[in-house]
Amino acid sequence: MSTRTVQFRIYRYDPDKDAKPWMQDISLELEETERKLLDAIVKLKAKDDSISFRRSCREGVCGSDAMNINGKNGLACLTDVDDLKQPIVLRPLPGLPVIRDLIVDMTQFFAQYHSIKPYLVNHDPLPERERLQSPQDRDELDGLYECILCACCSTACPSFWWNPDKFVGPAGLLAAYRFIADTRDQATSERLDNLEDPYRLFRCHTIMNCVDVCPKGLNPTKAIGKIKDMMMRRAV
Amino acid sequence: MRTTTGAHYGLSDWIVQRITAVAMAIYTLVMVVALLCGVATSYERWHAFFSSGPVQFATFLFAMCLCYHAWIGIRDIWMDYVKPVWVRLTLHSLTVLALLGYAGWCLEILWRL
Repeated sequence: MSTRTVQFRIYRYDPDKDAKPWMQDISLELEETERKLLDAIVKLKAKDDSISFRRSCREGVCGSDAMNINGKNGLACLTDVDDLKQPIVLRPLPGLPVIRDLIVDMTQFFAQYHSIKPYLVNHDPLPERERLQSPQDRDELDGLYECILCACCSTACPSFWWNPDKFVGPAGLLAAYRFIADTRDQATSERLDNLEDPYRLFRCHTIMNCVDVCPKGLNPTKAIGKIKDMMMRRAV
Repeated sequence: MRTTTGAHYGLSDWIVQRITAVAMAIYTLVMVVALLCGVATSYERWHAFFSSGPVQFATFLFAMCLCYHAWIGIRDIWMDYVKPVWVRLTLHSLTVLALLGYAGWCLEILWRL
């Protein structure tokens, strides 16, 4: 079986040891079957066990291994090594505090996600089984519920970089519209009130970095547009 | 200090920004067509064109749209990049004052013609 040598350049920062971040050049022999970037990083970890990163499902479902790959956010487990220009430059997701190497502190990201109340609000008595929807109503949630909260989109958004404490960010707004669009939810007006703010929603300037990087192929910009559209229909 | 949001505005600015953009686009298109039709081939023709009521009305509207559009756009820049509240408030105020001045100046030019 043939092998190939792949060059990496990895962002390294251990706050206990390093005064400032540095880039480590490292090369690696990969087997033909080791196709995904995550396979390579796991192998790198075997070579240098001080490299730190998050990973879990290794199949694009958990969102743990989001990182900045050659300047673009993405999931290591879904990225083919052979599609990348070498040296493959790996950095942590931009805009969030770095805990160590490729691991970032996602507290702010999840605080924004929780601020949109990401759960169904329904005051009717609980039905014996589930709350039913028509197939057409259920279709409205397609392209919204699939978000895995990897943070690739929000950390690619300059508005989120500048105002992470005030702007909900594309991931949070996509989730917000997921509940606004849900016919079983009874808090639509409160949800729109919660977002009608120059910072929380209107920092989005529709530059669509979020759409460009989403590893699940979702479109937060479209969801944000629909929120604005609903606000306009409510107001006019 | 706690960070607070919930100023409950933004939608009207967002709508107005789009309406003013459409109005300015239509005016620009009309002006390009008028120029191609030769309204500015001589000073007299150009003067007569801009002295007519409908053109003055449209030009005044264009200037107002531009000022409001610029206010929202520039304010967005201050909100994105300037963090200290007092600096931001000062910049907001200076922007409004400058745009008001420009609007008045534009009015003066239009009706001096």
